Amino acid sequence: MKNFPLFFCGIFFTLAFSWAGLVLAGHIQLGSLNTTTERIDGETGKPVKGNPLYPAAPTGLAMQGKQVYMSMGCIYCHTQQARRQGVGADYERGWGDRQSVARDYIWEDRVLLGAMRTGPDLRNVGSRLPESEWHHLHLYNPQITSESSIMPPFRFLYETRKIKEGSPSPKALNLPAEYSAPEGHEVVPTRRADALVAYLLSMRLDYSLPEAQLTQSQ
Amino acid sequence: MNEASIQPVTTREIDRSIKTPALHFLMCAVFWLLAGTVLSLISSVKLTNPEFLASWEWLTYGRVHPAALNAMVYGWSCNAAFAVALWIMARLCRTRIRGGGLLQAAGLFWNIAVAVGIGGIIYGDMIPVEFLEMPAYVTPLMLVSYLGIGVWAMIAYRYRRCEQVYVSQFYILAAFFWFPWLYTVAQIMIVFAPARGVVQSIVGAWYAHNLMWLWLTPIGLASAYYLIPKALGRPIYQYKLAVPGFWAFALFSSWAGMRQLTGGPVPAWVITASIVAGLFVIIPVVITALNILVTAFGNFDEVKRNPTMRFVVFGAASFTLAGLIGSITALRRVNEVTQFTHFTAGQFQLFSYAFFSMVMFGSIYFLIPRLLGRDWPSARLINWHFRACAGGIVIAVTALFMGGLIQGWQMNALDESGAPVYEFLKVVGNTGFWLRARLAGEVLLLAGHLAFAVNFSWLLAKLVGSEIAGKLPDWIGPTFGKVPEVS
Repeated sequence: MKNFPLFFCGIFFTLAFSWAGLVLAGHIQLGSLNTTTERIDGETGKPVKGNPLYPAAPTGLAMQGKQVYMSMGCIYCHTQQARRQGVGADYERGWGDRQSVARDYIWEDRVLLGAMRTGPDLRNVGSRLPESEWHHLHLYNPQITSESSIMPPFRFLYETRKIKEGSPSPKALNLPAEYSAPEGHEVVPTRRADALVAYLLSMRLDYSLPEAQLTQSQ
Repeated sequence: MNEASIQPVTTREIDRSIKTPALHFLMCAVFWLLAGTVLSLISSVKLTNPEFLASWEWLTYGRVHPAALNAMVYGWSCNAAFAVALWIMARLCRTRIRGGGLLQAAGLFWNIAVAVGIGGIIYGDMIPVEFLEMPAYVTPLMLVSYLGIGVWAMIAYRYRRCEQVYVSQFYILAAFFWFPWLYTVAQIMIVFAPARGVVQSIVGAWYAHNLMWLWLTPIGLASAYYLIPKALGRPIYQYKLAVPGFWAFALFSSWAGMRQLTGGPVPAWVITASIVAGLFVIIPVVITALNILVTAFGNFDEVKRNPTMRFVVFGAASFTLAGLIGSITALRRVNEVTQFTHFTAGQFQLFSYAFFSMVMFGSIYFLIPRLLGRDWPSARLINWHFRACAGGIVIAVTALFMGGLIQGWQMNALDESGAPVYEFLKVVGNTGFWLRARLAGEVLLLAGHLAFAVNFSWLLAKLVGSEIAGKLPDWIGPTFGKVPEVS
């Protein structure tokens, strides 16, 4: 290494090469993806006029729930990506009727693909488990709905409070006897718990895209 | 370089010039090592007993786990890397580290940034992207303080006083240049001006992989290349392969990071490129294995006797294994089983701990006596450290590999009618034994780290004691701390 500038160019270009080849090329290919209709007009190759556009933009409470999801580190045990039928058992487990594709994520300011499935994939959880009551019970204590789960309980997202004279909260959890609150108390979701459940229910892989059709619609 | 300007500098002068900043980095490293071990122990207990410390939001698994990872990577690994790499650089360049005060200040700010960042994760400000979890408000401080540290490697190289350049210098210079680039690109494209959609995931995978391969690995390999011939008194087995090995490493390993996205919503060519690059990575891995392990096995008695060598050779062997396993699991059919399972956690442990941390332990055992001019107080504690950590990491990695393979296989298994054979909760339940075995391994690691920390603090206490004794007025007398210096 007598020649420092040459060495420097070498280490610069090796990393620049991989950056350009993977990151930049990926950005060029995917960076301008846009919403489209479920099928493309066969003649023009453009979205069909008048059909709804997908993926749909997320809504308010679900967006707040995503912040809770992020700050609790749910990503360390849950993925949000369904692989195509034939790879793993994602399809068979109902984690996605079709594979998830790059276009599904274009609205997300923070993409949470995840790399670990200590728990199941959640990309389609809103279709798999559409009951908000189930999610509240599961978050309050996973053992209620899923015996022998190793998911931590998120009790701190729920408030145990005295029942107001004669008017219990309509949102109070309907807990089984061995988990129920002390006599005269009720367990009520906080706003963060409501938001988190709204976010979970918003994750549905129930629409087709030109490049990824639902199997039933074929 | 002008011959007249070259004045010989003694090794002692070089060591003295870096003594205080290096000690400073190592004290922080030991602190983060203990903090990180305790945090990862907590997160491992939580995987076996979800009710453990479950009532506090800030100790939920999803926060403790990334906090532990960041403490180990940016706290322990980076501080150890700074101390060891700058010292090796100064020695190989035969030049003093000037401006030690600036280096020390930059180190202080680095550690403040890491502490605030980990506090931010625990508090709930985390950015849920692997190894970029620390909140955006510490990023500028991390980067600026890093520059104040890394620049000294460049300066040492610029003012080197010997013409010959050794392969360790290649690795260290490259690593100190690659890290800020990786970090800046990842922060810009993920945090400050996020790329659209899954391009973020590509950047994230590129960063996480290269943080291991282009930042920690070169430092680990540089240390092994420096220490093994030095401690064994033998030349590197095939030195002429070392420099081509470096370039092969630089070129291929930086492409291999997309393996974790296999099957995901990214273009297939991105994955294929990484799988192919991963196969080429076998070339530099084999060259390093030949050079380091064959040299070491040439004098195995010394390896068994010398604490530095035991750690470094264990680390180098783990690097070979981790490199080969990484390339094999990249293949799509294998990845289908191991992806998303505890196997990947095992790969991370094998790489970041069994390879990098073990090499750093060995380097620190070699470095400290030369910096301070006195030997470690207890050889027995060093022995316990090695046995506990080597045993602990073998148990932990084996458990994660076995548990992960079973988990992956059961998660994918389909019966003849095409339905999953195992319910998901059943699959989770079957990992229980292996997660408890991993926990046992981590308890051993904590024991080893305590032995290391006790030995280190003991040495510092003796040093401070003797310094105080030297400064005490005569009428108090030399009552304590008089320790004979070792040569």
